Amino acid sequence: MILDQEPEGSASSPDKEPAGAEHFPKETAATALRTTDAAEVPGPPAGNRFIAALWSANTVTVTVLSLVLAMVIGGVLICLSDPDVTATYGYFFAAPGDALSASWSAISEAYANLFKGAIVDPAAVSGWLNGENTIWLALYPLSETLTYTAPLVFTGLAVALAFRGGLFNIGAQGQAIMGAAVAGLVGFGLHLPPGLHVILVLIAGALGGAVYGFVPGILKARTGAHEVITTIMLNYIALYFLSWLIVQDGVQDPNRSDAISKPVDSTGLLPKLAGGDLRVHLGILLSVGAVVAVAWLLNRATFGLELRAVGLNPDAARTAGMSVAATYTGTMVIAGALAGLGGTTVLLGTAGALTGSVAGNIGFDGITVALLGRGKPWGVLLAALLFGALRAGGNRMQSFSGIPVDLVDVLTALIVLFIAAPALVRSVFRLRAGRTGRLETTVAKGW
Amino acid sequence: MVANDHIDLTVEPGEIHALLGENGAGKSTLMNVLYGLLQPDEGEILINGEPRHIKGPRDAIQAGIGMVHQHFMLVPVFTVAENVMLGAERARGGPLGILDRARARRDVREVSNRYGLRVDPEAIVEDLPVGVQQRVEIIKALTRDVDLLILDEPTAVLTPNETAELLEVMRSLKAAGKSIVFITHKLKEVKAIADRITVVRRGRTVGTAAPDASEAELASLMVGRQVMLRVEKVPAEPGEVVLSVAGLAVADERGHRAVDGVDLEVRAGEVLGLAGVQGNGQTELVEAVMGLRHALAGTATLNGEQLLGRRTKDVLASGVGYIPEDRSVDGLIKEFTIAENLILDQYDREPFGSKLALRLDRIDAAARQRVEEFDVRTPSHQAPVSTLSGGNQQKVIVAREMSRPLTLLVAAQPTRGVDVGSIEFIHKRVIAARDAGAAVLLISSELDEVISLADRVAVMYRGRILATVPATESRERIGLLMAGITDEPETTEGGGE
Repeated sequence: MILDQEPEGSASSPDKEPAGAEHFPKETAATALRTTDAAEVPGPPAGNRFIAALWSANTVTVTVLSLVLAMVIGGVLICLSDPDVTATYGYFFAAPGDALSASWSAISEAYANLFKGAIVDPAAVSGWLNGENTIWLALYPLSETLTYTAPLVFTGLAVALAFRGGLFNIGAQGQAIMGAAVAGLVGFGLHLPPGLHVILVLIAGALGGAVYGFVPGILKARTGAHEVITTIMLNYIALYFLSWLIVQDGVQDPNRSDAISKPVDSTGLLPKLAGGDLRVHLGILLSVGAVVAVAWLLNRATFGLELRAVGLNPDAARTAGMSVAATYTGTMVIAGALAGLGGTTVLLGTAGALTGSVAGNIGFDGITVALLGRGKPWGVLLAALLFGALRAGGNRMQSFSGIPVDLVDVLTALIVLFIAAPALVRSVFRLRAGRTGRLETTVAKGW
Repeated sequence: MVANDHIDLTVEPGEIHALLGENGAGKSTLMNVLYGLLQPDEGEILINGEPRHIKGPRDAIQAGIGMVHQHFMLVPVFTVAENVMLGAERARGGPLGILDRARARRDVREVSNRYGLRVDPEAIVEDLPVGVQQRVEIIKALTRDVDLLILDEPTAVLTPNETAELLEVMRSLKAAGKSIVFITHKLKEVKAIADRITVVRRGRTVGTAAPDASEAELASLMVGRQVMLRVEKVPAEPGEVVLSVAGLAVADERGHRAVDGVDLEVRAGEVLGLAGVQGNGQTELVEAVMGLRHALAGTATLNGEQLLGRRTKDVLASGVGYIPEDRSVDGLIKEFTIAENLILDQYDREPFGSKLALRLDRIDAAARQRVEEFDVRTPSHQAPVSTLSGGNQQKVIVAREMSRPLTLLVAAQPTRGVDVGSIEFIHKRVIAARDAGAAVLLISSELDEVISLADRVAVMYRGRILATVPATESRERIGLLMAGITDEPETTEGGGE
């Protein structure tokens, strides 16, 4: 016996459809998401959840606000590191205007130099328009930015691709070093016609990185060894291997006493894009090509579907007949090849010869770039451009404003810190919680 | 999204109040609000007439509300007493003193005796059967002195016997003056125990009913239309043996022989129901057949060809459809779109892909068509599958596995956690596959499902097939077999616990 029942089609259910036609309107479906998510579905492993949280944060808002926050804190650091400014704070209460104006001029000058060094210096442009200097001087900042960007795109892609496959590739640094090392051997070891040589060197670099990515991949697939541990250790091996390699007979430059290899043949170098005056080279175009290729791989290739499936839910991937082990290995091979190309780009674009620090820090910066780019190929390109610009601008900031270039490292670290902690950014800017959508869910699950 | 739209619910002291509704109707959301896991946008919670603001589980417990979740919140390697103590630890000798385990044990014994729960405080939780683990959860709530106990789908994981015991426990709690909110979508249990029934549909209370309302009445109230509870089917016409399993032995994760010498045959055009309480080796049996788990011994052949040792991809490609038992873990990738999930095991085969590239246009077209054909309720086939309700998620798996010609369909718990409307649809599809000549191996712990779908029923207990009986066998007999009791129902040894 039904005691009471709300009349069908009454005012309380205005969206009632004809019985039997469709009893599930759209909102019910989404309702189920909330309920299921909260109560039924166990979360993915912690590592995946970390990555998922990074991507699910409201991307544009949080990224922009993270930049702003980092710049603000950077501003404080600029004031603190400038003795002239700190001196004014000694008599702050007597003349607060002094302190504030000194701070403002220090910060604005530093950031202005950062901008001029990274994008454009108005003085150089007007100088070119008035015929006082060449166009190359006006384009110099952009050239520097793109030069720094190119290798970061490669290593950023190497880390991002692995992320999407559920792997935390800390080893981009080692893969980049091995790529550069193998590329260097082919670069000065073989003497080939132009064109062919540079292509072979690039392939060698990719192979070197790929082999070095294969190692943690196969270890993970076969033995379950965690890739974070193995890649960190392999980074050391690569670093010291390179230090050893460059002082060997036949490798070390016979005309030099310091640890540097013979220079790569000019036929093996990446051609400059704007003649001899600017450093920008073909690497930046290659890196954009790599972005396109990785985007295609992830979204349109069968392997990309496997990679993403394994990254998000290895159990379901296995049940659907995919080989999780093969996918892990394949992912690391491709990631290694990308990182290897990153190292090769530095070697062939700017360094010209192997040194112990030829790969600089590009592998580790690649992790930051991949995080900032949210694991998406085009996001990586944008993030690498930002980091490239900060690097290029940082140089000018150091020489013109006397701010240590290390501030750039602090800035990038802060940016990533804020992006990794979106809840922090939200609370600083008092963003309405409900507006950030999926972020809420992740927080509710224990973030 | 509005999951609960102005719901009113009143629970009297000493009352068992059933909250009945389909998956995604908003039952769990409502209870999460009560338990402080979610905050209401509007409305208030009155406890004994006083408005209370419940900000989290701690507040809820203080207000006298306890909850037993569908998935138990127990630490498997701890003892019962330790689990009960967790979060409310008491120490002897100040805050830095020694944990008072003796007192925790005493508490467990005391509560356990008072309500007839029969739980040993010293037992390690992972060694206990699911039904007893559930009682540990209940004890956990009771030791915190709650007056209102929320049981979220408590019978989903229980055998018929354990369910009967749980209902007994609920009655003794009620006798002690506790109120219980009993969330479920199983009509029989509701009728057996509830004092009042509130039916929720699409986030609204659509009615209250007394326990003497008929099942059909309740079901139609739940779904909003008349539902066919029995599956209409013609008698099976079994053909050749398609799947033949002999002497199969499979180990589980802990190295125990979860499947211990199983023989079974499934013929073309018939449904073999593999009944049994979860955890009696069904999962391992299926995974061995599907190439997901290594078999220790025995054979499994598909039309005479050995299946064991082949890759899952090849097993699937040889005309096997597989609905895995846990859709959120093994069946779907939640973040993927419906379209992607629909090709998850066919992406590298024509027509959806070649060796290298996906054919996105074809994938898209096929998804559009299948969403339509399998009645997946979604705004778009490009929406992430996580936005669907449980029933619609399951339909995506069914659509994926059943829209190619099948020689064998392995359906494990195909309607678990699925609303009545979707159950009906999935059942029809399974029977349609049977009638099209596929052999169907149906694994289910729902007796009703096995009886209504299967042509023959094999009951699995502790890694073996206890008996294979015609589906016309009485529910009682099959229920007893599921509990491991083979012949004389009066013998008590070897019971389900």
